[in-house]
Formats: sequence, structure tokens, C-alpha cells
Amino acid sequence: MMESRTDHDPVTGTETTGHNWDGIQELNTPLPRWWLWTFYLTIIWGIGYCIAYPAWPLIDRATAGFLGYSTRAEVEVQIAEVDARNADVAARLASADLATLERDDPAYHYGVAGGAAVFRAHCSQCHGAGAAGALGYPNLLDDDWLWGGTLDAIAATVRHGIRNDTDDDARWSEMPAYGEFLEAEQIAAATEFVLQLSGQAHDAQLAASGATVFAGECASCHMEAGTGDRETGAPDLTDAIWLYGGDREAITESITNSRFGVMPAWGPRLDEVEINAVTLYVHQLGGGE
Amino acid sequence: MSDSEPTTLYAAREPIFPRRVSGPFRSLKWWIMGVTLGIYYLTPWIRWDRGPNLPDQAVLIDLAGRRFYFFWIEIWPHELYFVAGLLIMAGIGLFLFTSALGRVWCGYACPQTVWTDLFLLVERWIEGDRNARMRLWKSGWTLRKVRLSLTKWMLWLLISIATGGAWVFYYADATTLLRDLIALDAAPVAYFTIMILTGTTFVLGGFMREQVCIYMCPWPRIQAAMMDEETLTVAYREWRGEPRGKGTKRRALAERAAASAQAAGPRIGGRSPRIPMPGIDPAASQADPAGNEPGDCIDCNACVNVCPVGIDIRDGQQLACITCALCIDACDDVMARIGKPRGLIDYLAFSDEKRERAGQPSLSVWRHVLRPRTVAYTTLWSLIGLALLYALFVRPEIDITVAPVRNPQFVVLSDGSIRNAYDVRLRNKHGEDRPFRIQVAGDAAFRLDIEGVDATQVPVPADDTAHQRVYVVASANSDPALADSMGIRFWVEDIVSGERAYQDSVFNGRTGQ
Repeated sequence: MMESRTDHDPVTGTETTGHNWDGIQELNTPLPRWWLWTFYLTIIWGIGYCIAYPAWPLIDRATAGFLGYSTRAEVEVQIAEVDARNADVAARLASADLATLERDDPAYHYGVAGGAAVFRAHCSQCHGAGAAGALGYPNLLDDDWLWGGTLDAIAATVRHGIRNDTDDDARWSEMPAYGEFLEAEQIAAATEFVLQLSGQAHDAQLAASGATVFAGECASCHMEAGTGDRETGAPDLTDAIWLYGGDREAITESITNSRFGVMPAWGPRLDEVEINAVTLYVHQLGGGE
Repeated sequence: MSDSEPTTLYAAREPIFPRRVSGPFRSLKWWIMGVTLGIYYLTPWIRWDRGPNLPDQAVLIDLAGRRFYFFWIEIWPHELYFVAGLLIMAGIGLFLFTSALGRVWCGYACPQTVWTDLFLLVERWIEGDRNARMRLWKSGWTLRKVRLSLTKWMLWLLISIATGGAWVFYYADATTLLRDLIALDAAPVAYFTIMILTGTTFVLGGFMREQVCIYMCPWPRIQAAMMDEETLTVAYREWRGEPRGKGTKRRALAERAAASAQAAGPRIGGRSPRIPMPGIDPAASQADPAGNEPGDCIDCNACVNVCPVGIDIRDGQQLACITCALCIDACDDVMARIGKPRGLIDYLAFSDEKRERAGQPSLSVWRHVLRPRTVAYTTLWSLIGLALLYALFVRPEIDITVAPVRNPQFVVLSDGSIRNAYDVRLRNKHGEDRPFRIQVAGDAAFRLDIEGVDATQVPVPADDTAHQRVYVVASANSDPALADSMGIRFWVEDIVSGERAYQDSVFNGRTGQ
């Protein structure tokens, strides 16, 4: 049973709300009326906002709001603005001779920055976001290039790709799977020789006989000294960089079953600006020639 | 829930018409208003020659260029700790002043108080003093009222525009911006900022006034925690003022007191507290045991009439009181006229109020101001200030930060050597272009290779940051190449001045993957 209402608190003389819990009364200190109006105003504002802007989530979209505003459209406008602002720089980049492009040329910076974006969108899936590659996918940061690391060579690789069926100008070579026509001992000997070439621990006796196998079967592409050939994309076997691994097991596997790395041709999918941009980007990653 | 709902939970604002007052505190407030408003409006126009390439405005917050100029000091974004330090000092300074002198910030220096004071000055000038304004408020909308109100609002609006206008000058070259503003050629954000600040000044200073202090500001709620019984704050000497009364009531009180005192015998010396306090025996020091002798307060309401927040200080300490001390001036004036000593309302500590009731002398101001608490605040404040000063004087004109590239952690080159990449930022705070030399230390095997630069020199533009990709190569089988990781130090040297700075980083070797 509620206590009967006391209009004023006897101690402070303040009006009470009449609420009474176990003898504890609530004083009524009236809030200013403008505060109440401000509160109502925020409600009205909120309703207006919901009507004017995208607000209520539906099953497959949200209410659009009668102002037709969307952040996506705003970004499109901003991108169009930036593109328009950079149109002449982009045009210059598309037709530039990359080898003679000065480093302080705005087109160079535009290319490197834009190339980073192209790389992340199209290349990082295989070559990694940091361009460090992975087993079977070349590291683009180092100073070793299968098909050449000049701007022109990189541009050609990007444009036509490697060992794909879609581009007639794709870089092409095919190492035989020697498991089909060499004896296991010959393969083992060749493996030891390759280990010797790259300065790793090896069986000297086997390597000596492997040298014969190498000279007969491998030197045509990998060259007599094993330094490789960029015309055929034959890797340098004397250096410390291995696309498929440089230990005894990996080398044996490569000789026995061969490798066949494929890269798509980006010519049909990227425009000239993008190809030149990503070329500049890859070239300045630390290994460009 | 019940039928006992109160009539209203909301109340309209009671209009307040503070009366004009004069006295030492009012004079002090005029001075402070002049100085603070002067600083605010004039600072952007002070010039300071920094040489070519740099702005010549003494105080400039260059958001686009990410620089903060304060006379001879230039702060870069990475030095924002100076601003943070100053804000912390401002906070502790407020603690200090509040614990020593109560809400002096609110009463004298708060922009809300200063601008409200200014707006009240205009209001009083146009519409007259308290009584005239009250009459005008109650009267209907006569032509005169419309004219006076419009004049007042126009003047308020001019002040507000000047206030909003002065703000934007801190963010751009003042003279150029003023020309652009007048030519309607300035950035939209400038007009927008002026509009918003004009609106807030007009509304908060003209119409919201004490509502801001009572309902919007968090400070009054926080300050109670910083005040203690030694804090000097504006208070009413209740023991001296009560029982209050005037006219016939006062005469009746005096007569009864005289009779009562006669009955009680001779007066016991010392001060004469009139209100019994817990713990004090009333009979020990009271002239009039019945407590009827009239107090010094003649209930003239001068203190209430001058109050800008519309409270009665005689009710005691309250949240709404901003301690502007105008009631002190008003009451002292009245006390002088009725031949009583000043200070019925005064800066008074709660502990002194108790001492005075007990007939003891109050402590000196210094005893109140110099307390362990205020000394602790002052020490803390000074230490932070000294630390900032130290940092300011030892900070170099050049600087380097090194961010190691961690994707990948290292690269193996064809000859087996290990290469780490670092993104280096070189800061040149000089007003002219400078060549910087980068060097590495840590292991003899480290070899430096700077992207796009033949030598180890990098040109850094004046007052700017240069970004530079730097490679460090350790030859195959060297200690760093074989190690898990190894410390490396990047040195940068300004070739012109010979200044040096360094930053430490880490070199990852082959086994660190």
C-alpha cells in the first residue's frame, strides 16, 4: 500500500514526487523545459534522418531514403574527380617509355602508387601482398629474374604471361620430366651435380658423373656453367634462390617430374596505364634491373 | 502507478535580471574580461617572422599542413604530446585553483561567464538596470520594447559574429582569410564554422546563460570532489547575519533580544555566535540565550539581485553558484551604508566559519592556500611543466623514424646475402632544404643501400618529411645473416649543421623466420 502523498519534504522544503519506497521519498527538482524540448527535437530529428537517409535494414537491402544518398555513389564521384584530375598524368604514363621516365616525374609516382593498388588487386594472390612470392611463385623483391628484370622484360611478362594457352606471345618453355627417360642413378647423379653448382654439401663422386648427365641433358637450357638462360626462363642453378626449393629432395623432384609454372596474360584484363603502373611498381621493389 | 503524480516535472526558466554592482571584485572581473577577450580577439593578428617558407602568424593551427605554430615554437604531429602535456597542466591547474579558491575558474575566467557578462553589459546599456528590465519583461510588446530588443539582439549578434570570426583566424593566415571572407571567397568550412560559433555564442550568452552552468556543464559536478573545508569560497557568515530582518521585524527582534539579555545577565566577551552549532555549548558564549538579537543581515536582497545565476547565497553552498563574488561587492556596499563591518558575505573557508562561531580567529589566507593538497598539485603541475620545457629545448631540428618492412621479414639475394628493408622518415625542421646522410651501425657486415639514391645522402625539403626506402644487406654467412635477429641503429646527420639523430631497429637474419 502506497503511503499517502506528501507535497513537500519537511527538511529541504522541496516538492516531492509522491513516490515513496519504504519511507524514502523522491524529491522533485523540475528539469528545465528547454531540456525536454531538446529531447523531443532529437526524436524529430531522428525520424527525419530515417526518412531522408538510408536507415532501416530490409532482407536484401536497406531503405534508400528520399535524398538518394549513398556512400558508394559518393566514393564513385570522388574517384571520378581524382581520375579527371590525373587524366593527363595517366595518359603520359600509358604512352611513356618507362626506361627513360625520370624518378621525380609525377607520372613515375602516379605509376608506383597506382601499381601498388593493381598489384594488390591482381598479383598478390600468388606473389603475396609483400611480393615475396611463395613456393612455385617467384619472389619479386630479390635480384634474380627468370625472364628478365628490366622494365621492358617485366612489362612483357605482365602483358603476355607465362606458359598460358590464351596468349600466343606468352613466354614459353617446357622442361622434360626426366623421370621418363633417365635412370634413377643418373637423376641422383645430376642432383648431386646441381648441389655442387650451388655450393651446397654434395657427394663428389656422384657429382662428377652427374656433370656428364648435366652437359648432355641440361646445359642446353641451363647453360654449361648452370647459370641459366632468360630466353627460356631456365633458372640459374648456381645462386642461392630456388623457386621450388634447393635441397636434395626438391631438386630430385624437379628433375624427375619437371615443373610447369603458369602465369596468366594480363594484357586483355589491364589497360596500358595499369600495366605500366604495375611494371614500375614491381621494378622498384628492390630487384629491378 | 498511483494518483499521486506531481503537477509538473519540468519548469520554465525563471528570467534573471542581475542588478549592476560595483566594488573590487566587479573591477577585477572587468579587468579579467578585458584581458581574456583581448587575448582571444587579438592573438591571431600578432605577426612573428619565421623567415621564408614559413607563415608569419604568431599563433597558427595549420591543420592542412599539420603544423602548430606558437611564437618561436613549431609543433609537428608527432610532437602532439606537447599539446597533451599542456592540456594535462590545464587540468591540474584547475584542480589547484579549485582546491585553493573554489570555483574561481567558473566565476572569473570561463568563456561562458565572460561572454555572459559582456552580453549583460550590453543588455544593461540598452534596456537599463534590473528594475527597468523587469518592467520591460512584464510589459506587452510595445514599439519601444521591440526597438530595444532588436537593438540588443543586433549588438549581441555583432559580438557573436566577431567571436565566431576570431576563431577561424587561428586556423589560417588572418589577413588573407579576412580578405577572402569579405570577398566571399573563403573556404566553405570557414563560413560554416563562423555560423556555428556565432549561433552558439548568441544563444549561450544571450538566452541560456546560467542554464549552461547548471544543466549543461559537467564541471560543477566534478568540483565538489576538489574542494574541502579549507577551500576559500564565496559564503555567507550565517552566525553574523542571522536572524535576519528589516523594518518592524528587526525592531521587534532587537527589543526581545534586549529583554532576554537583561534577564541573562552581563555579556560574556568575544565574538557572539548567534546560531547554535553542534558541539558548542550555546550558553558558553552567547549574548542572548534565546537567539533573538537581530543579525547583521537586513534582508535587503542585494546579494540576490546582483546574482547572475539567480540564487540566494544565504542558503549556503550550492551547485548553481559560480562564485563570481558579485554578492560580496553588493553586500559590502550595504554593510558600509548601515555602518557594519564588511564581509557578511565573503571568501570564507568552512573551517574558518566553524572557528568564528567558536569565537576563535580565522586562519590567514596563506594558511588556506598553502596546504599539502595544493602543494602536491603545484608540484605535479610544475614537474610536468619542467618536463615539457626540457623536451622543448632538447628536441632536435632533425629527426628520423624507422619502420622495418615486415612482409617479408627478409629477402635472400642470389649471392646468398640477406636483405632487410626499412621505411625511413626524415624530418627537417629547418626553414631550408638540407641534405641528410644516413648511416647504420650495429655490425660491420651491414651494408647500406638507399632506394633511388647513389650515395648515402638524401635531400630533405624545408620544414618537411622525406620518405625513403632503405635496404640493409648482410653478406652470406656473416653474423647478422645467420642470426635470428640483431639490433641495428640508424643514424641521420644534417650535413650542413652536423646535427645527428638516431633510431634503433632490428635486422632479421636467415634463422629468424
